[in-house]
Amino acid sequence: MKPDALYGVLAEFRTADALLEAARAAKAAGYRDVEAYTPFPVEGLDQALAIPPNRVPLAALVGGIAGGAGTYFLQWYSAVIDYPVNIGGRPLHSWPSYIPATFEITILGAALAAVAAMLIMNGLPRLTHPLFAVPEFDLATRNRFFLCVRARGPRFDAERARAFIATLDPLCLCDVPA
Amino acid sequence: MSAQPVSRDVGVLRAGWGYTSVQDKIADAVLAGFWTWRWWSAFALTFAGTLVFFAAIGYLFVTGVGIWGVDIPVAWGYAIGNFVWWIGIGHAGTFISAFLLLLRQKWRTSINRFAEAMTLFAAGIAGLFPILHLGRPWFFYWIVPYPDVMDVWPQWRSPLVWDLFAIGTYLTVSLVFWYVGLIPDLATLRDRAATRGKQIAYGLLALGWRGEARHWARYETAYLLLAGLATPLVISVHSVVSLDFAIGIVPGYHSTIFPPYFVAGALLSGFAMVLTLAIPLRRYFRLHDFITEVHLDHAAKLMLVTSLIITYSYAVEAFMAFYSGGEQEIYVLTDRWTGAYAPVFWMMLALNSALPMLLWWRAVRRSAAALFAIALLVNVGMWSERFLIVVQSMHRDFLPSAWGMFYPTAWDWVHLLGSIAFFAFLFLLFIRWLPAISIAEMKALVKESADKPEEVASEA
Repeated sequence: MKPDALYGVLAEFRTADALLEAARAAKAAGYRDVEAYTPFPVEGLDQALAIPPNRVPLAALVGGIAGGAGTYFLQWYSAVIDYPVNIGGRPLHSWPSYIPATFEITILGAALAAVAAMLIMNGLPRLTHPLFAVPEFDLATRNRFFLCVRARGPRFDAERARAFIATLDPLCLCDVPA
Repeated sequence: MSAQPVSRDVGVLRAGWGYTSVQDKIADAVLAGFWTWRWWSAFALTFAGTLVFFAAIGYLFVTGVGIWGVDIPVAWGYAIGNFVWWIGIGHAGTFISAFLLLLRQKWRTSINRFAEAMTLFAAGIAGLFPILHLGRPWFFYWIVPYPDVMDVWPQWRSPLVWDLFAIGTYLTVSLVFWYVGLIPDLATLRDRAATRGKQIAYGLLALGWRGEARHWARYETAYLLLAGLATPLVISVHSVVSLDFAIGIVPGYHSTIFPPYFVAGALLSGFAMVLTLAIPLRRYFRLHDFITEVHLDHAAKLMLVTSLIITYSYAVEAFMAFYSGGEQEIYVLTDRWTGAYAPVFWMMLALNSALPMLLWWRAVRRSAAALFAIALLVNVGMWSERFLIVVQSMHRDFLPSAWGMFYPTAWDWVHLLGSIAFFAFLFLLFIRWLPAISIAEMKALVKESADKPEEVASEA
């Protein structure tokens, strides 16, 4: 395996249902590092591939709290501590007036954190990827569904992986060079 | 091996479309598009208008706001009216992409992308006007809290400062929402583009998207979160804008109904603008299978509902003026009906309250020509409302000796019409370079309509 390093073995399917079946079969056959590629999110693929729940909501929560708390603190600090101005005897800490900016930046912080977390956890942006070297892979954003059994771990055997995928009746089967 | 799904007629999508044909229809409009003389003449016209707009802005910066009709007592003229109008127009885009996503409304799929683009451009143009309106626009950043050498901070009790946060957040979140939605489609364009330049441009913008299942899972979570966050945001933005007025004690401004009233008006003008853009768009690209009568019908129903809400708000405003017993409040209201700006008031009522009543008829809601005409007129009506709120209230303040008239100058009109040309110009650029309908979501809809047509049709 080492000299002609392999990223994985790629199979192409015509329909989402065929991909779902293949994904379930691969999991059942004991392949753990299996990944699917689809032109749109396919319902049920998460379960078929046993994808764990992601942490994007947590990031959004943290971002929202940081944005809101930071903005409230900024207003309080600037109006009460750093530059107190007595305007018609109104309290320096006039909290109802601080709510709009606090609310807005809570939303902003949560939204930016959600998107940043999505991109970072996905490892994007990324200029190249071994899969982009496969000519057929262009169709993953068009009308084809791909399943990739990745060459990870000492027990991976390319021959057996190819033989297994061939039983799934794919449109085409190809090696992905690393 | 089984064949790929072909869509069935579910109302929001006509029958006979597959993954490939849907993509080719939308993506080829961008990559291999039929850019006819009609597109080019619209482009040339709006480009010329854009140049005039920016020249007028240059002249404004050099000369000052005196080129407009604003003066004391009416210090807020077209610029602030335009600002409120444009920001309101943006609201429908967020409503479609966020509210309707959360409510799982299938008819959002084929219209959310260009509605979001509309939001982005409208909100961006709206953001220009308060800056243009400043006497010294180059100091606009003084409203931003930053540790400056002057040692002063923004006045946090001022709704104008809230505005900065509301509009700034709205613009940023709208941009991010729109861009995240675009990422899979940019990858599609990258893989489909024939020239190296386009492959690189779309490839960089697609950030290396490859449709991995784990990526999709996080993507969908993030997208749903953005929708959930944008939903309260869109309500808050026009509420904050309305506080610019409602916090002031000017008669005609100082009213607690302003936030919901402004949001409803924003949605009315926004859906009017969505239809103003959707109807020519679907005609030009022959998208009748994607943007069907069902879409027009739904958008028209929302216009009808929001029109009823603002009619109710007009009634409450009048009732509250009399109920308050405030002499000045009552006077400003009756002046609205009979005074110098009465024609604007009656035009507003005719276009915003009376005209949309035609939408009770199904035949009207499903007629593209009728809807286009109504939508254009409602846009005018909503602009009149903004004008009336801003100008008429101020021209009859508490002090009769300070009463005065506002007369728009030619420059007022140039800036208003120029901003419309700029908006149209940006929209033309958008449909030229980016897919106007979400390709990935349409493919998912194709599959759903083939798998369970009854369910989709009932949700649509």
